Amino acid sequence: MFRVLKPGMMSLLTDAGRFGQAGLGLTQGGPVDPFAFGMANILAGNTAQCTALEVTMGGLKLEARQDALICVTGAPLELTVDEQPQPLWQSIKIKAGSHIELGMQTAGLRTYLAVHGGFDIRPAFGSSSTVVREGIGGLKGGKLNAGDELPIGEAVEQAVRKKLPESAIPQYQHNITVSLIPAYQYAAFSATSRAVFFSSTYQVSNQADRMGYRLQGPSVASNTTSMLSEGIALGAVQVPADGQPIVLLNDRQTIGGYPKLGSVLSLDCARLGQCRPGANIQFELISLEQAHNQLMLHHARQQRLLTHLEELDE
Amino acid sequence: MIQTAGENCLILYVAEQSGPDVANQIAALLPGLRTVFGRYLVDVTPSYNSILIQYDCLQIDHFQARALLQKVLSLPQQSSSLAGKLVELPVYYSEQSGPDLSALAQRAGLSVQDVIDIHQGQEYRVYAIGFAPGFAYLGEVDARIAAPRLATPRKKVPKGAVAIADRQTAVYPAMSPGGWNLVGLCPTPMFNPLSEPHMPVQVGDRVRFVAISQDEFVGLGGDLSQLAGGIS
Repeated sequence: MFRVLKPGMMSLLTDAGRFGQAGLGLTQGGPVDPFAFGMANILAGNTAQCTALEVTMGGLKLEARQDALICVTGAPLELTVDEQPQPLWQSIKIKAGSHIELGMQTAGLRTYLAVHGGFDIRPAFGSSSTVVREGIGGLKGGKLNAGDELPIGEAVEQAVRKKLPESAIPQYQHNITVSLIPAYQYAAFSATSRAVFFSSTYQVSNQADRMGYRLQGPSVASNTTSMLSEGIALGAVQVPADGQPIVLLNDRQTIGGYPKLGSVLSLDCARLGQCRPGANIQFELISLEQAHNQLMLHHARQQRLLTHLEELDE
Repeated sequence: MIQTAGENCLILYVAEQSGPDVANQIAALLPGLRTVFGRYLVDVTPSYNSILIQYDCLQIDHFQARALLQKVLSLPQQSSSLAGKLVELPVYYSEQSGPDLSALAQRAGLSVQDVIDIHQGQEYRVYAIGFAPGFAYLGEVDARIAAPRLATPRKKVPKGAVAIADRQTAVYPAMSPGGWNLVGLCPTPMFNPLSEPHMPVQVGDRVRFVAISQDEFVGLGGDLSQLAGGIS
């Protein structure tokens, strides 16, 4: 078991996400940066979907009450175990009684901590993912609090310490271009509106969270004034009447009635979700075929990486 | 009409408008959708006149997904009658608990009391559940009190807020951001994760709103502390 000494700004228990419950209005949740989340699990000797922690804005301090093997990935920050600096993206052995501390991110926003055996959290509606807005998942539907006890699952096999090759560690950038697949009401926006959208740079506003990133920049006019609410895909870019686009992320509402220009590629939703307020975002149009190619390439690369992890000596 | 909704999503528009027949049609498509897509299906979001279908795009591409959807549409449809149960939801209507009442009245050239009477004077049908856990979309609101969403959504709409957007009405099951026009507060919990059924209504049910006083609202377990400082 790990005990939470300091919860940090927002640390959430999460698995890969909650699927198949949209009919009840339950959102997907899950890690904003699935690559970092999955890799933390793999390097901790788990399957990619085990329950781990997503630590937004750092500041988490845990006390290990048992020996454990952990791995921290995602946005870079200072990681210490009993005040000794430790590397990210590789497994670390922890002795019972040790203190694990995550500082503030030096780039990006969200860091993942996985433990061998996974955190042992009873699923709610098929998933342990915490969605604070819904009050569902995690320990009691909320973020971690000081004093929380995080039970650790039985490890099936002895874990080998592993490391992700340096070249595979992602860069967390402040200015990014994200790919948009034309979808939904794309054709209903005028050519001028679309030109404004694709040629402008938008800033991430202060209203940016796991639900969605509200952007600020040149207004995108929409001809659609009222429409029936409909299901919203991950990354959908909705444009309310004020013309300021909102990219909807993991904790988005399942249904909404604002017109949508299209949907951002999931790989880029992960990059956007690592951006802080003030970051500069540009959009480029890609076809659905290009999107599938990129996803396949990413998937193939990730599969190959799994066979090329460096094993660390004892 | 089938439209792309994202890298792994298609959206099927069953009709241009919503209505009881369209709601029946959508409900009737869902079982076939689950059977035909099988393990390729990740999630389904039915709504007023559409169904969002999320498929596993690492297993099938969008051509295959469209073909499967065509197959669903070609299945003989079972006509489903969805004359659901009637559920009464109490509402504490007031300008304090419904800060957009007077704007709606002004827009319609009616009194605030007229707006309340029109809102509670008819039965609604549950067309969809979504946006948030337990958020039931009810239609259709009388055209006289229909109003577009706010240009800039509120960051905090209180739990139980009864609201109107266009010709839809709903009760916010939990505090959340929202752009609908608020007309009152309902003390009935709309979503309970710990007990079955999780919701007092399901798709196809009929709903009637019944005006209650502030005291009755509190007596039914309503929380007035949310109104402290007003709803901005």
